[in-house]
Amino acid sequence: MSVSERGDVEIGGRVQPATVEASAPITATGTPLAPPAVAHRSEFLYFAFRNRKFVAGLAVVTFMLALALVGPYLADHKPLEFSGPTDQPPSTEYWFGTTSFGQDVFAQFVYGLRAAFLVGALGGGIAWLLGAGIGFTAGYRGGWVDDVLNMITNVVLVIPTLAILIIVAAYLNVHSYATEAVLIGLTSWPWAARAVRAQTFSLKTREFVDIARLSGRRTRQIIATEIAPNMSSYLLMMFILLFGGAILIGASLDFLGLGPATSVSLGLMMHNAFLASAMLLGFWWWFVPPGVGIIAIVGGLYVMNVGLDDVFNPKLREL
Amino acid sequence: MTRYLLRKVLIYFVTFWVAVTIDWAIPRFMPGDPVDGLLARMQAQPAAAEHLSGYYTQAFGFDVPLWQQYLNFWAALFHGDLGLSIANFPTPVTDLIWGALPYTLALLVPAILLSFWAGNKVGALAARRKMLDNTVLPVGYVLTATPQMWLAIILAWLFATTYAIFPVTGAYSLALQPDWSLEFARSFLHHWVLPFLALFLVAFGGWAIGMRNMIIYELEADYSNYLASLGAPTKLVRKYAYRNALLPQITGLALALGAVVAGAIVVEIVFAYPGLGTLTLNAIENRDYFLMQGIFLFLIVGVLIANFVIDIAYVVIDPRTRIGMQGGA
Repeated sequence: MSVSERGDVEIGGRVQPATVEASAPITATGTPLAPPAVAHRSEFLYFAFRNRKFVAGLAVVTFMLALALVGPYLADHKPLEFSGPTDQPPSTEYWFGTTSFGQDVFAQFVYGLRAAFLVGALGGGIAWLLGAGIGFTAGYRGGWVDDVLNMITNVVLVIPTLAILIIVAAYLNVHSYATEAVLIGLTSWPWAARAVRAQTFSLKTREFVDIARLSGRRTRQIIATEIAPNMSSYLLMMFILLFGGAILIGASLDFLGLGPATSVSLGLMMHNAFLASAMLLGFWWWFVPPGVGIIAIVGGLYVMNVGLDDVFNPKLREL
Repeated sequence: MTRYLLRKVLIYFVTFWVAVTIDWAIPRFMPGDPVDGLLARMQAQPAAAEHLSGYYTQAFGFDVPLWQQYLNFWAALFHGDLGLSIANFPTPVTDLIWGALPYTLALLVPAILLSFWAGNKVGALAARRKMLDNTVLPVGYVLTATPQMWLAIILAWLFATTYAIFPVTGAYSLALQPDWSLEFARSFLHHWVLPFLALFLVAFGGWAIGMRNMIIYELEADYSNYLASLGAPTKLVRKYAYRNALLPQITGLALALGAVVAGAIVVEIVFAYPGLGTLTLNAIENRDYFLMQGIFLFLIVGVLIANFVIDIAYVVIDPRTRIGMQGGA
């Protein structure tokens, strides 16, 4: 791989060096402790779960995911239902208090988490597919295909994602989070494409790819079986970053009032709290949870990513 | 160098052309008749609707063939004509945008430059220093994962509502008129602090983490080890490492511009700061499409200009681009 001996990877156009954590057992000697016979997958898990950053990030994200899945069953009220007294601070009846319309903030929060995960997974997933697809094609084919794709990548890279989403979302009248996620996915892939392209460029000149080519396999097969597996760590980390990014962009769109209006999301909670002047009236229970939820998910993902960097790099050094 | 810059400029021209084309195409190729859609959503009075319908059809120029609409769009653009605002009829969109632009720039430019400077310095300090690293890293990750509007809301709640240290809305006291007096400057600064902080802090976290990671990488490079083995003081080694680590950070600055602009839009809304962000919200709420499209074009042009400035800075800083060895990105 073009990953240097230390295994620094280029993500988002800039090199993200391997972060070395002295306390992690894997980086202490640089050689994996597991016997070489152990299968690839379990070896990865072995090191991953010995990395404090990865475990901490994963724990936070898993907790939020569990809350998103189970939370709605714990909430006594529907998120948009005008169920109780207005402007109540947190209590045993309303764990996170109520809004100015008497809605249960906890119910809104857990449903909002679901929307966040949906937008992250779908938007990040689409961006990942586009980024990987365009990156592989451009990097492997080279020539004019690369020139054209690279130009497209650079153009989309420069256009501010939110600016284009604002006018598209305004004309399109977004009705669901799936639509919103698709829009986000379609605009946030360029840096991923760039990173994959750079990696593919250096991989395609390697001997094992030449052999695969000589054996008459088709391009798609070579990319899928020879090139992609050799940058799987890379692709995984890319997905994590795109996932977090999609959640942040989605929250901004919802805050601007461009998401589905009659629904619940963390961004929309902030939008409503802001419209009701919750910050001036001191209804902190209304606007603090959505932000904390986003920070927990996105921050957890980022920290997981750094942990993965630690996990993958010693292995890359072995190659 | 000339080749490097020419290639960049070509990309920027193509980007501008694509952006203008998107701006032109979206109302025309979205499902449904844009004029009907606009009127339905505005729920205008019948008399006003008729008037507006006429205006829209004429303003969009729907009565001529598509290719001619496209050429007319460009022609109007070069005359600085982006149409009239619906929300503030009949003020031209360009007037509204020019009025808001200084406020946005007053927030954005210091936030971008200062966060880049401070984040890189702190990140460089934190690398390989256990105590500092253990605080900078978690704080940095929390900050980069923070939505700017949420930080803005929290700052407004803490420092404007709970402790009334800073005002919460506007860019200056409503008792004043914008002028060059000392009193206005003081009021302006007072209103500027919180929105600036919201933008600054989020960006700061990103730069600190980026630099911290980059400099560890540089400190492990052969040249650093060689320098250290020659007996060079740590400070000198770190200085060289910092210079090298700064290059990818500058490339990152170009990539981060879009996110900072997005942040400025939502932060301005929270503080009702009279810049492009608040104007965007007005445009969205009033379904003022010409205004929205105008802001879109201004944002694109702004980001393109900033990108070009960064490219030039890169050429100045990195000698390799000057002798044509390799480009920045």
